[in-house]
This record gives sequence, C-alpha cells and structure tokens, in this order.
Amino acid sequence: MGRPPFALEIMNTAAASFDTRHAARQRFREMLFKGATLCAALLVLILLGGVVLSLIHGAWPAFSHFGFGFLTREVWNPVTDEYGALAPVYGTLVTSLLAMLIAIPISFGIAIFLTELAPSWLKRPVGVAVELLAAVPSIIFGIWGLFVLAPVLQRHVQPFLIEWLGPLPLIGKLFHGPPFGIGVLTASVVLAIMVLPFISAVMRDVFETVPDVLKESGYGLGATTWEVIWKVVVPYSRTGIVGGIMLGLGRALGETMAVTFVIGNAHRISPSLLSPGTTISASIANEFTEAVGDLYTSSLVALGALLFVITFVVIAAARFMLLRLDRRALSSV
Amino acid sequence: MNRRLMRKVTNSVALGLSALATAVGLFFLGAILWTLISNGVAGMSVALFTQNTPPPGSAGGILNAIYGSVVMTLIGIVIGAPIGMLAGTYLAEYGRGSRLSSVIRFVNDVLLSAPSIIVGLFIYEILVLRMGHFSALAGGVALAVIAIPVTVRTTEDMLNLVPQGMKDASTAMGAYPWRTITSIIYPAARSGIVTGLLLAVARISGETAPLLFTALNNQFWSTNLRGPMASLPVDIFLFALSPYKNWQQLAWSGALLVTVTILILSITARIAVSAGGGGKR
Repeated sequence: MGRPPFALEIMNTAAASFDTRHAARQRFREMLFKGATLCAALLVLILLGGVVLSLIHGAWPAFSHFGFGFLTREVWNPVTDEYGALAPVYGTLVTSLLAMLIAIPISFGIAIFLTELAPSWLKRPVGVAVELLAAVPSIIFGIWGLFVLAPVLQRHVQPFLIEWLGPLPLIGKLFHGPPFGIGVLTASVVLAIMVLPFISAVMRDVFETVPDVLKESGYGLGATTWEVIWKVVVPYSRTGIVGGIMLGLGRALGETMAVTFVIGNAHRISPSLLSPGTTISASIANEFTEAVGDLYTSSLVALGALLFVITFVVIAAARFMLLRLDRRALSSV
Repeated sequence: MNRRLMRKVTNSVALGLSALATAVGLFFLGAILWTLISNGVAGMSVALFTQNTPPPGSAGGILNAIYGSVVMTLIGIVIGAPIGMLAGTYLAEYGRGSRLSSVIRFVNDVLLSAPSIIVGLFIYEILVLRMGHFSALAGGVALAVIAIPVTVRTTEDMLNLVPQGMKDASTAMGAYPWRTITSIIYPAARSGIVTGLLLAVARISGETAPLLFTALNNQFWSTNLRGPMASLPVDIFLFALSPYKNWQQLAWSGALLVTVTILILSITARIAVSAGGGGKR
C-alpha cells in the first residue's frame, strides 16, 4: 500500500475543510432562520400580553378611583368627572344579542342553501358574493346604515312597530317612544347584516364536513331534504354551529364603526329599543380624542378593558369549539 | 297520507325560507353597493384626486387622505407581513405538533377576531403616549398589529398544503430545514402566500377604529411620518357625520374608492388561489 499521490491528498483535505466550513455555515444559517421564526411566533404571544398589560395600566386610575361601582353605575358625566360603565355595557350586550337573533336564522338559511339546495353552477357565485359582503369594511356599513337604513326604518318600520307592538303587555315597553331612526334597533340591524357572512361561512364549512354516507342513509330511509338537514346534518355539526355563532357574537360585540354611526351615542339605559343608546366601542371611538383629564381618558380605557374581557371569553369559547374542525376550511374567518 | 303531505309541505316551506334568506343576504350586498355607486360616482372628478381636504363650504378633494391611507397600509404590511410569515412558518414547520405552537395558534386566532378598537387603545398606550403626539407611524404600527394574525393564519394554512413528499425529497438530498423551506416550500406555496398578503392588505386598508387615536387626522398635505396624517376611512367617518353637503359628498366618493379597492383585492386574491393551485376552497 503506497501513499496516495500528493495531489490527491491536497484535494482530500481541501474537500474536507470545505465540507466543515460549508456545514458550519449551513448550521449557522439554520440557527438564524429557526431563531427568527421562533421569535416571530413568540411575538404573537407578546402582542396579546402587551394588549392586556397596557389596558390594565391605562384603566388602573379609573378602576382604583371608582372601584366596583364603575361596573354598576349608569352616570357618565365629564363635567363632574364621574363615570360608570353600565350604559355602554348594556348597549353592547343588547345590540349584539338582538343582532344575533336576526342574523342566526338568516345565516342558517344561507348555509343550507349553499350546501344542500343550490345547483352547482349557482354555488360558487353566491358563495363568493356572501364572502365579498364579509370583505366590505365596517365603516361602509356605518355610512350606509346612517343615510339609507335609518331613514327607511324611521319612516316605514318603526311607526308600524310602535303602533302594533307598543300597546302589548310586557314586550310593549321595548317599542315605546318616537321613531328616531337611529338607535339601538337600527344598530342591531346593521350589526346583523355585518356578521351574516361570517356566521354563514362557518356554518357552510361545518355542514360540508358531514359525511355523505350519513346523509345518504337518511335519504335511503325516505327522509325529505329538510328532515335530513334537521335530524342528521344539524345534530352532527352542533358544536361547529355554536362555535360559528359565538364567533359572530365576538365580532358584533367589538364592532366599532358600523355602530358608532347609528347608535346615537346617548349614555343612558332606555327600555325602548327605538331610543338612542351607546356601546363600549362607540363611546371610545366618539370620545377618546376629545377626552380631557386623566380620569376621563382612563375611564374610556377601562371600558376598552371590559370589552376585551367580554370578547376574549366569547372568542376563546368559539375557537375552542371550532378546534376540531379542519382549519383550512375556516381560513376565511 | 295526510302525514306525508305535511312532511312535504314542511320541506318546501323550510327550503323556500332558506332560499329567501340567501336572497335577503344578496339583497343587502346589492343595496350597499348600489348606494355607494349612485352616491359616490356623482363626486368623482379630477379635483377629488388632485386637491386636499377642504375647509367646510369650499371645494376640494381627498388627495392627502388617499396618500395617508396608502402610506400607512404600506407601513402596516411592511412590518406585519415578514413577522406574520415567519411566525406562520414556525407553526407549520419547526413547531408542528408542539405544545407551544398550539398555544400560539390559539392566541393568534383570538387576536384575529379581537376588536380592532382595542388595538388602537394598545398602540395609543405604548406609542402615542410615549412619543407625546399622534403620528402616521403609530397608525401604521396599529395596522401591522392587525395584519400579523391574518398573515400568520394564511401562511400556515398555505405551507401545510405543500406535499410532504417534496419536503422529504429535499431533506433526503441533505438540505437543512431552512434551505428546504426557502428553496422548496416557499416557491411551492407562493401563490397562496401572495393571496394571504393581498387579503391582509384588503383587511387593513379599510380599518378605521385603530387609526382614530393613533394617526388621528390631518386636514393638510403631510408626508411627515412623525406627525398626524389623514386617511380615507377616518375622513369618511368625520365627513359623513358633518353637516356640510360637500363634505358628505367627499365621504361617499371616498367610501366608493375604498370599497372598490378592497373588493378588487379580494377578488384578485381569489383568482390567484384558483389559478395558482394553492389549494381548493
């Protein structure tokens, strides 16, 4: 066994050292890239933490000054510097719940139409149209609600409600007073139109996960289309439906611009749905830049903190229910 | 026999109602678009794009607001997109299946649907108060915070669509993960990622609430990123609620402009997905 020729030896060492240098560079880049992605991912957590901390920090003066009373008082008076969150919280909850009452049946109908009823040539255009409704920015809903919907409701719907539902016992109180046009009811209708596409998109995606075999067994037993939907599709996708509804509710609770235009911004609780009110987000949007004094600003941030807590609970519950679904199917929301 | 008839009637009524519900949904989309077009087109003129927002009563345009919207949307996407893409990459590749990434995914989903006005308050607390004044920069960062969760979500979804076999082939050639991701996975998912970015731009260019008390507004032409800047959505808000007819007209024209831009972006994104084969919806 002779020694390898000199030249070959040099080539070998060169190749070996190139290999180590190359590998080292690769490992370094790998570390860099992996670190960058990890940092970016952790930033998402930091963002949420930052939101929570900054809200607590900003809201602290108001919470410590008013204590628990902040949640239970209706007063909102910048002159005497006294603030309570009851009216905006009430307005937020009532408009959102009313919006859901309107939006859920319509979304359910749209989802059924898109999955079970529509001929295939109609499915895609209608689906896209509904998704485009979701892409329309909320301020457009606001300006439309103020200039188009509110006058229509004022002239044609509210007088009718006052005349026919006003005299009724119990629910009559909800429809007292003059037809303002803007107010809680109008805000709810605008919100309902806004969340429609979100809820129907989730419901449609959930309905599509129902195995065909289940539906076919229903049809095989002689069930009508509606019976298959109501007794097979709906029970199978119950969790997803509730998740979709909660997701829509989360949007409605936090929606700002669409509501700010049509709610009337009145800090009081009125039993009538026709009178002006306010919501948390509308109060912040309307008053934050004009708020003078630390306590006023802090009270508005405190309202924001309350909104964050409410929406966080609703959204987290919704996401938890939707976890089991195919995530890809939900990428539009 | 009677029972059979009842079932048939129930069926027809229920299905009829669902078709009606769809008609109602489409009616509202049509009504909103029609209102925008009929009110907005009237105000379309050269002045709209060449003059700044006027004082009440006199004529003008929305040039400074258009500029402000473009600038702040760009800031938002330039900051938000890389962060969102990297985080999405972590969730889809390095952290796939780990406990940390399921927590991050959940938090990201919560941020995705969190009220945008909260983001405005957050940026006000950490940037505007710190800097001492409202600024376009703060507005752009607020938009970035909204763009990040959208980009994380779409990037992760799109990377997951890349066939495992392609990744395995690259790994078998001795490539490190970063090489596989940047040279194989990103190009394969390109159309999907671009779609995600378009959707993020569409989402933030119509946002109003986060800009209200970060970028505030500016009646005049300004390119100073450290000062207040006008934006289309905020101007629409202020002008629509004003009592002046010409301001309301500007609001309608601005609204038409914003909506058309966003709808074009969304439709382009959809076409990009179906053409690029980035996944079937």
